[in-house]
Amino acid sequence: MTCCAPGVEGSLDHPLPSSEELVLSSRSVGPGLRQMDLSVPQVHCGTCITAIENALTKRPSVERARVNLSTKRVSIVWKEGVSGEPTDPVELVKAITDATGYEAHLFHDAEDAGDKLQKDLIRAVALCGFAAANIMLLSVSVWSGADTATRDLFHWISAMIAAPALIYGGRFFYRSAWAALKRGHTNMDVPIALAITLSYVVSLWETLHHASHAWFDATVSLLFFLLIGRTLDHIMRDRARSAISGLTRLSPRGAMVVAADGTREYRAVEEIRPGDQVSVAAGDRVPVDSTVVSGTSDLDISIVNGESAPVSVKAGDALQAGMLNLTGSLIVKATTAAKDSFLSEVVSLMEAAEGGRARYRRIADRAAQIYSPAVHLLALVAFLSWGIIGGDWKQAMLIAIAVLIITCPCALGLAVPVVQVVAAGRLFKNGIMVKDGSAMERLAEADTVLFDKTGTLTVGRPRVLNIGRYGREQLAVAAGLALHSKHPLSAALARAISGPVAVFDNVIELPGNGLEAQTEKGIYRLGNRRFALGMDNTASGNAASEVVLSLDHKEVAVFEFQDILRPGAPSAVEALQKMKLSAGILSGDRKAVVADLAATLGIKNWHAELSPKDKAEFCSSLAQDGKRVLMVGDGINDAPALAAAHVSMAPATAADIGRQAADFVFMHDSLEAVPMAIDVSRKAGRLIRENFALAIGYNIIAVPIALAGYATPLIAAVAMSTSSLIVVANALRLNLSVHSGADKAEAAATQPSLTEAKAA
Amino acid sequence: MNMLIYLIPIALFLGALGLLAFLWSIKTGQYEDLDGAAWRALGDEPPEDRQQHK
Repeated sequence: MTCCAPGVEGSLDHPLPSSEELVLSSRSVGPGLRQMDLSVPQVHCGTCITAIENALTKRPSVERARVNLSTKRVSIVWKEGVSGEPTDPVELVKAITDATGYEAHLFHDAEDAGDKLQKDLIRAVALCGFAAANIMLLSVSVWSGADTATRDLFHWISAMIAAPALIYGGRFFYRSAWAALKRGHTNMDVPIALAITLSYVVSLWETLHHASHAWFDATVSLLFFLLIGRTLDHIMRDRARSAISGLTRLSPRGAMVVAADGTREYRAVEEIRPGDQVSVAAGDRVPVDSTVVSGTSDLDISIVNGESAPVSVKAGDALQAGMLNLTGSLIVKATTAAKDSFLSEVVSLMEAAEGGRARYRRIADRAAQIYSPAVHLLALVAFLSWGIIGGDWKQAMLIAIAVLIITCPCALGLAVPVVQVVAAGRLFKNGIMVKDGSAMERLAEADTVLFDKTGTLTVGRPRVLNIGRYGREQLAVAAGLALHSKHPLSAALARAISGPVAVFDNVIELPGNGLEAQTEKGIYRLGNRRFALGMDNTASGNAASEVVLSLDHKEVAVFEFQDILRPGAPSAVEALQKMKLSAGILSGDRKAVVADLAATLGIKNWHAELSPKDKAEFCSSLAQDGKRVLMVGDGINDAPALAAAHVSMAPATAADIGRQAADFVFMHDSLEAVPMAIDVSRKAGRLIRENFALAIGYNIIAVPIALAGYATPLIAAVAMSTSSLIVVANALRLNLSVHSGADKAEAAATQPSLTEAKAA
Repeated sequence: MNMLIYLIPIALFLGALGLLAFLWSIKTGQYEDLDGAAWRALGDEPPEDRQQHK
């Protein structure tokens, strides 16, 4: 049931990423070679690996391919061309889908692969771990009674092991502390840097004077724990990402301008002035806002309203920059310059929104802001009071250092990242990718969920509803015709009809209308009602939801289409309402359709016919009322809203830009991912607060001991390790608490695809 | 006590050996796909593509 035989689980016909998107996301890895990373969330066993790798490497255009089962990604290195033929990367994605039935999504996070800092940190952790273990070994001997010359020898060896560890592992903290001090700030790294340096210097001084206590073990194990925290934090850090570059890539670089005398000239898009006539071929994007002068075609306007159903246009219709021309070629007249066009407006919306999000401050940073001055003050007070009252300044110095070591934010440094790493792992196992740790903090705060309609609440692709009503022969004809068009309804029809298809030699596509084939039996037409039946005006029916097959203008079959609900949508909405979150719909679609869907799902708060700008503004207006909005959307038209919202989620099938803009990406079809992610994030938030409480509780006990001067190196070592271990153990509770719920969600995620496989 | 002259260097050497082994294993990418490696070990094909990425 769960293995990777062709066609078992891939029953949901996912759209493949476009060739253009794939090429843009790949990177050059040598002369004529490009590498791209795909995410295949369903790979789960050794057979999947072999099936995918074999299917890919069999192709002459593939240099090498490797499946990573842990991250569920496939990285493919392909040749740009084989014997003169350029490679179409869509074929490679198709190969994966054909071999396994799994869907493959575009995924690019190039910096993720070669993250140098992460490797440096792991190496530093390893080195400090080694140093800490060896120094601890020697320290235990000292604590158990080694004295005089032996003790001095052990201290000297410890000092020699600690020095390189301090430089190699401590450099991260020194650098960050120095950077903060230079700007006149203080951060969590300042007390860390101070504590490790001072404790090392004083221990060295004590060793020189044959004293009984040295703090080398505390210094290095402190560094070890802190580096673990730092490494985990780095893994959860927000990688610099911006959806803007993806958006600007959608803008064509130039277009064919047709002069008054009919001569054509290719001009950069910036040089197109209002009034210029531009030719837009099928497959091109509209370069600037314009009106159609001549020609008819179907346009994909999902960039404006998020709908997958194309719109047919004729002379006089207004177009907006970024719309994709699907079928016929058009001559359009520019109405604005490129910098004032629709696409540039969306880009500037994104810029404003992304700038706004940077203002969120993470819990750890907020804690550090209070904690760090408090620790400095405490150590200073201890130093001065012991010095003035006791008169022994060396003793005062030792106590101040003990305070710094004891209060050093070991547990505090682990409190947040450990929980977030565990939570992110949990979510990943359930097919939800987290872009950064702060997203989980923000998601836990969300109180309002806004959904896009098409592609988010619904699957976003039309499906034939009434295929069972027609006989084999009619279906074969319909499929045979539909295969000749790239129109989404035709594509859906062709996909839905299995079995033999009729073969036509002579098919013409009439943009904006449909397909026509001359046969011995007569003229078959497949398209909208008006065209197929040869009527002058639309009598009934909706062009977007039905396709008529006719023979010599007589109706043979009417295929009805409807976008179906995304699996899990009703239960997800119900779960959200149970969690006391208010749900709403923001759609670019027509009012009637949205109202219908809102009624089905029981959502009272809905808004239709919104432009990308309206969506983003709606999110910001809610934010001004003090609401924390979770935006769930998939289209390019949602991208500004995704960036403007407090936190955002997108399905893996979303447009590249939508995925880039979102904080979470869910890979499975089920919308249950949304309540699931909120649930895990809230649990993580609770655990983080518990961890803070534990770390502070530890300080309340340990600080008086240090202040009183009773903190020997042994006590410091025990206290430090236990507090860190407790915090880690507490974080691991997240695994226990969501275990059963998560598995249920996973089962639910595979369920719909199975039922649909049966239905098909 | 003279034993320490041998024992401490031996302890440090063994520790360092472990450290080097770990650093080597990171460098050769052995932690990049733990789940996949477990399955690949069971595969029948010769492991010709083992060193493909460094």
